[in-house]
Amino acid sequence: MVRSFRDALSRTLLQIAEEDQTVIVLTPDLARAVRIQDFSAKYGSQFVSGGISEANLVGVAAGLASVGMMPIIVGFSMFVAEKPFEQIRNIIAYPDFNVKIIATHGGICVGKDGATHQAIEDLAIMRILPQMRVFAACDVSQTESLIQTICSSTGPSFLRLGRDEAQDIYENDGCITNVGGADVLRDGSDVAIVAIGTMVGNALQAAEELEKEGVDAAVINAYSLKPLNESLLLSYFDRCGCVVTAEDHLVAGGLGGAICELSAKKRVIPVECVGVMDRFGESGNQAELYEKYALTPQAIVAASRKVMGRKHECE
Amino acid sequence: MSVNSEYFTVPELEAKAKELRRTVVNMVYQAKSGHLGGSLSMVEMLVALYYRQMRVDPKNPKWEDRDRFVLSKGHTAPAYYAVLADKGFFDRSALLTQYRQLNSILQGHPDCKKTPGVDMSSGSLGIGLSTACGMALGAKRLGKNFRVYCIVGDGELNEGEIWEAIMFAHFHRLDNLTVLVDKNKMQNDGLTSEVMDMDELDDKWRSFGWSVYHVDGHNIQDILTALNQPSDQPKVIICDTIKGKGVSFMEMNIKFHGGCPTKEEYEQAMKELA
Repeated sequence: MVRSFRDALSRTLLQIAEEDQTVIVLTPDLARAVRIQDFSAKYGSQFVSGGISEANLVGVAAGLASVGMMPIIVGFSMFVAEKPFEQIRNIIAYPDFNVKIIATHGGICVGKDGATHQAIEDLAIMRILPQMRVFAACDVSQTESLIQTICSSTGPSFLRLGRDEAQDIYENDGCITNVGGADVLRDGSDVAIVAIGTMVGNALQAAEELEKEGVDAAVINAYSLKPLNESLLLSYFDRCGCVVTAEDHLVAGGLGGAICELSAKKRVIPVECVGVMDRFGESGNQAELYEKYALTPQAIVAASRKVMGRKHECE
Repeated sequence: MSVNSEYFTVPELEAKAKELRRTVVNMVYQAKSGHLGGSLSMVEMLVALYYRQMRVDPKNPKWEDRDRFVLSKGHTAPAYYAVLADKGFFDRSALLTQYRQLNSILQGHPDCKKTPGVDMSSGSLGIGLSTACGMALGAKRLGKNFRVYCIVGDGELNEGEIWEAIMFAHFHRLDNLTVLVDKNKMQNDGLTSEVMDMDELDDKWRSFGWSVYHVDGHNIQDILTALNQPSDQPKVIICDTIKGKGVSFMEMNIKFHGGCPTKEEYEQAMKELA
């Protein structure tokens, strides 16, 4: 089934606000755009309209957290993660405030709005911040679970969602998440495909294609980018001997960067990164953009073939 | 709950201000680093707040119902730390041994995780007032009656985020928020009138819907009078001050924005503040 990230967001925030009166949701004039207008109507006393002033909104969230509330900032990733980066660094992450940032519109999947609205650096800049935890959801069930997970743990967290709909990966709303967790969605021993967010579905499709060629690919959803589930990943590095990463994000600094760092430090194995290559996006629909920017199942298949051919380099 | 149990008269507060200035000069001289000019200009503002106005309990620095304070111009931490130590939030010996040193509770800029009595970290200009807005909004949403006080610099008013916060505070009717502007007329590169002129300041704040008062920022009684004016809007008290106030050769001298005094200058300053 194909369902919307943003509808899941609204539904889950309503549940959380109902259970915890200290929850307070802030948005920079994007309540309609992220579809939480139901929330603002029903829980006005737990909602803050910030206007189009993201830097201030981050500071306000810090102040709210300092007096005992749990602020959840919701908006487009470009504007709630990238624009107020310095504020997030100095007044959320550094003082370790219990502020959650839930960012929709992560990646070039944003589509027709074009490059200015396509956050392809957000995972990288959030991941380098000490004390910040970083997550990305691949479908509706995982969105709901990750919102519960970040809200039930103390400290700053960043959760990235896609813009539109996603094919269900987890059946019957059965996704369970943990801080530092990762899910093996498909076991395999020839190549480990590590994917995140909207690329998890494409990774699974790639694995099916590879199976037709007799390649046994594992698919791991590394939804907790920080902390990363290193032990699980290392066990698949050992089993498969090579890795492909897949993300709708620059390959530098995001999941690709994280996996290259882990590999370089702990296991010397070949890594190929599927993602946006040191360039900005443009307008187009998601399918067209994924084709042009090589974020398709076919691109993951090609990267898998290539990385398997490089195993001898590390022998 | 114990709050400012000791009552100080205005002449006593003035004597306190002089004593704090000596401590501030000492701290920066010992640390060989720190911002003297903007520390010395806001001493009376801090004295009025911490020795009369604010409900705080040094024995219980995390008291939930305490009034909150944010030093948005965080680089002038020496004066803030001197007040907190004098109030008993931490041992005053830390002032001369720890400020700006390794493994210290007194960081170069205020750190709410490290220093007892500091309610909010600050240092990057423009952010502090936003955090103060969050505290004041939090008080309202939690049904608490604490007040929030915030000192901003006049140079800091260059920051766009300050004006976002000013807009926010008015829109959310944060009548429990009071801002004091340390209008010492200088910033890092020189006179504010030459770096980025922000006058007429009163009109700017008023046009955003705030209650505006304008006082001599070295007159404690005038500051206290303005602090106690009722207002159903957020309030700003623009305090006309002299950067480096109290030491003749530091007054309005850009060298002492962030410069450390020499041994001779230090000795001369201590004489003047005796």
